[in-house]
Amino acid sequence: MTGPPLLAVEQLSVDLPTPRGPLRAVDEVDLELEGGRTLGIVGESGSGKTMLSRAILQLMPRRARIGGRVLFDGRDLTRLDAEALRRLRGRSIAVVFQDPMTSLNPVLTIGRQIAETLREHLEIDASAAATRAIELLADVGIPAPKQRLRQYPHQLSGGMRQRVAIAIALSCEPRLLIADEPTTALDVTVQAQILDLLDRERQRRDMAMILITHDLGIVAGRTDEVAVMYAGRIVERAPTARLFKAMCMPYTEALLAAIPKLDAPPHTPLAVISGRPPDPTQPFRGCAFAPRCRYRAERCADQRPSLIPADPSGHRYACWHPISPRAA
Amino acid sequence: MAALDVEVEQIAATPARRGRRVFWLAIAWIAMVVAAAIAADWLPLASPSDIDLMARRAGPSPDHWLGTDALGRDILSRLVFGARISLTVGLIAPLLGLFIGGPLGMLAGYFRGRIETLVVGGIDVLLAFPPLVLALAITTYLGQSVLNITITLGILSIPSLTRVARAATLSFADREFVTAARALGASHRRILMRELLPNIALPLIAFFLLVVAVIIVIEGALSFLGLGVPAPAPSWGGMIAEGRDSLDTAPSIAFLPAGAMFLTVLAFNIIGDRVRALTDPRQGAL
Amino acid sequence: MDGSLLEVRNLVVEYAVGGRTVHAVSDVSFEITRGETLGLVGESGCGKSSLGRAILQLTTPKVGSVRFDNVELTRLGRGPLRRMRQRIQLIFQDPIASLNPRRRIGDIIAEPLRIAGSASRSTRECRVRETLSAVGLEPDQVVGRLPHEFSGGQCQRICIARALVIEPELLVCDEAVSALDVSIRAQILNLLEALKARYRLTLLFIAHDLAVVKAVSDRVAVMYLGRLCEVGSTEALYRAPAHPYTRLLLDAIPVPDPEVRPPQSVPLGEPPSPLAPPSGCRFRTRCTRADACCAEVTPELREVAPGRQVACHHPLVGA
Repeated sequence: MTGPPLLAVEQLSVDLPTPRGPLRAVDEVDLELEGGRTLGIVGESGSGKTMLSRAILQLMPRRARIGGRVLFDGRDLTRLDAEALRRLRGRSIAVVFQDPMTSLNPVLTIGRQIAETLREHLEIDASAAATRAIELLADVGIPAPKQRLRQYPHQLSGGMRQRVAIAIALSCEPRLLIADEPTTALDVTVQAQILDLLDRERQRRDMAMILITHDLGIVAGRTDEVAVMYAGRIVERAPTARLFKAMCMPYTEALLAAIPKLDAPPHTPLAVISGRPPDPTQPFRGCAFAPRCRYRAERCADQRPSLIPADPSGHRYACWHPISPRAA
Repeated sequence: MAALDVEVEQIAATPARRGRRVFWLAIAWIAMVVAAAIAADWLPLASPSDIDLMARRAGPSPDHWLGTDALGRDILSRLVFGARISLTVGLIAPLLGLFIGGPLGMLAGYFRGRIETLVVGGIDVLLAFPPLVLALAITTYLGQSVLNITITLGILSIPSLTRVARAATLSFADREFVTAARALGASHRRILMRELLPNIALPLIAFFLLVVAVIIVIEGALSFLGLGVPAPAPSWGGMIAEGRDSLDTAPSIAFLPAGAMFLTVLAFNIIGDRVRALTDPRQGAL
Repeated sequence: MDGSLLEVRNLVVEYAVGGRTVHAVSDVSFEITRGETLGLVGESGCGKSSLGRAILQLTTPKVGSVRFDNVELTRLGRGPLRRMRQRIQLIFQDPIASLNPRRRIGDIIAEPLRIAGSASRSTRECRVRETLSAVGLEPDQVVGRLPHEFSGGQCQRICIARALVIEPELLVCDEAVSALDVSIRAQILNLLEALKARYRLTLLFIAHDLAVVKAVSDRVAVMYLGRLCEVGSTEALYRAPAHPYTRLLLDAIPVPDPEVRPPQSVPLGEPPSPLAPPSGCRFRTRCTRADACCAEVTPELREVAPGRQVACHHPLVGA
């Protein structure tokens, strides 16, 4: 651990006003990420993981209220003005979204979209941008890149479109890449290729990456650290290997158990988490997972557990009745 | 409850608080005009056609609350009776368009193929007629009357309502709940009436209200040109035409009916807009 | 064949798109016996959804036969087909879009009963409530509300209730759990298993997720670009896949275990488009075992082991 982390999120909260009352999308989240490392954020829909990524980039809807700080390279993003943020986005922090069909502009050619980002941030001329675009497309594994410059998104397959989105994200050599469910909309064979591509590029450019997904299988082999989110809060955080070997939080255990396993015989009943995630407009004391937790006790409904360390490795969890005993 | 992303969309779509007050004012205005038009005979108004040459172009007075026009007729009373014409034509003509164009559009959008080609071709032909020439032709051959004007304008409003109905049907006919209904063995009639109609009703009504606003203006224009309802029956357009000669001496003779028409059209537009906005957020969630 | 509830033979489904033809389903044949669950697996574009819809005659197959309980569906007139539809039901991928946003739940679920014409209003109400309880929803809390008030998982339960209220014999689940969260998915899968037993259903379970398919199926069929690659019992197929594509699919699944390094994905390029499928074996452009014969001769499904059929010239099992 050398020097301050590249990204440090401190007590980040996001409140959205809705007709039914204020909605707490993100609830006092703390995160750190070193340069060059990969953090996986796992959660189901409604866990707040997408809001978190938007909050880091300060891309919230206008009426949202943000609490806490987001420190990138020492600068507090919540305090920056619009112009400084605009220069930062796409250049130092880049995003790849879930659905490339909607994240790419359907009426502009691929070449134009890549060049746009390049010229905006790097101030190079059209022909230099075109050359760089071809290089980038080749980097992300798109065959015949020169011809692709003139094609439109709908002429490419889903996997190719996502590669283009990644090329755009990588074009200005960002220090941090946020990938928000980058493979959810893709087939499983293409998924593996895209994840490998992200891995490879990350290593080559020594980039930090946040991989947001609902799939524990994806984070297992490809991240250094994993944070599990539930109801807007981080409920467990650990280096990846430790999380799977010694998970403490019942939700993490339940999430893993709910995945049908390839090596289980057919018709094995799946371990189910009963009930549904809580209504984010209703504030609740205590642990958010308590109503659905097998191990719940009195204390869980009243007192909110905070993240405490399980062992020196950086494994932290928020639970009154952790599953694994604390390591010495 | 709904996923967070959907919540964000819904937040963006809720109308601001200010808009609500204006909406209710618009409703109030329309309600008042409609009530006055219906109850005109029983209101304590002077007769709209009573000519009083002694009190021409008079200002407001206890006898004539809004003054009199160039022939000494009570403006307020003429406004109220004129509202009858404007509202009758303004509401019935588009209703004609709605009840003919709506079903045509739905059938075209649902069945596609030959039916669609026929309907679309038909409305293209109708649109090819210059509206004013058609109005002139009908009034010349069949005479000027409220009925003829209403029918003419009704026919002219069919194409746009057909198009909106067809577009709305097209957007819903591909949705999975329609396929689900087919998979259940629902007949075409069932699907059209029970699945599609409830969904396209709101956008269609929203558009209908905007057409009402337009028709009121058109009727006004026709009356202004002398092609609409003949004198002495009062109509707002006719009153504006009559007030042209008195613009420098008594401008209110022209401006009062113009103002009434303006407020009524504005009110219909506001209501139509709000109804249309009602349909969006729920669809955004899908 | 006795005992088979559904028999599909040489089914071909094609769409015209701007002058060109999409070969969605090309010459597919299989059976489902009464009471079993057949899983149909494939990636996007393989034609599995088109196949599901063609079986229900929601799209008209170009060629081929679909026999349900010995009745040829492709030749039925509109009336008899509509009656037949009450015996085969379909669950869609997007539960919220499958429900009419302007109708109340009770109304939606009673609709199949109304279409069938049987039953008085009180019987209908009773059946609706019964079915809602069967899918794990509290009837009083659900019947009077609109679809947008419910979550994805609850909407899918409602869709299942709608499908089961007329007690069909065959249930086709077209990516029924793909749009749901992991924890909800598990609930719905367990629910389907329980309902299958209770209503004595036969299931055709279409999905792209191999792990999900394995959890519910007795037999599995793998589909690629409009053709079946292999069919066999679940255990055997997953333990020792015979077709190279099945092997590829199994290898690509991310395993939630950090000890297992994801196998380096072989850069086989993109799947070809169904507008212009490769000649002969359609998988040959991405197959490491392909040779000249694969380009010329289209492999047919043939039995390589009892209960196992493969369409490959160089299968991994049997030869």
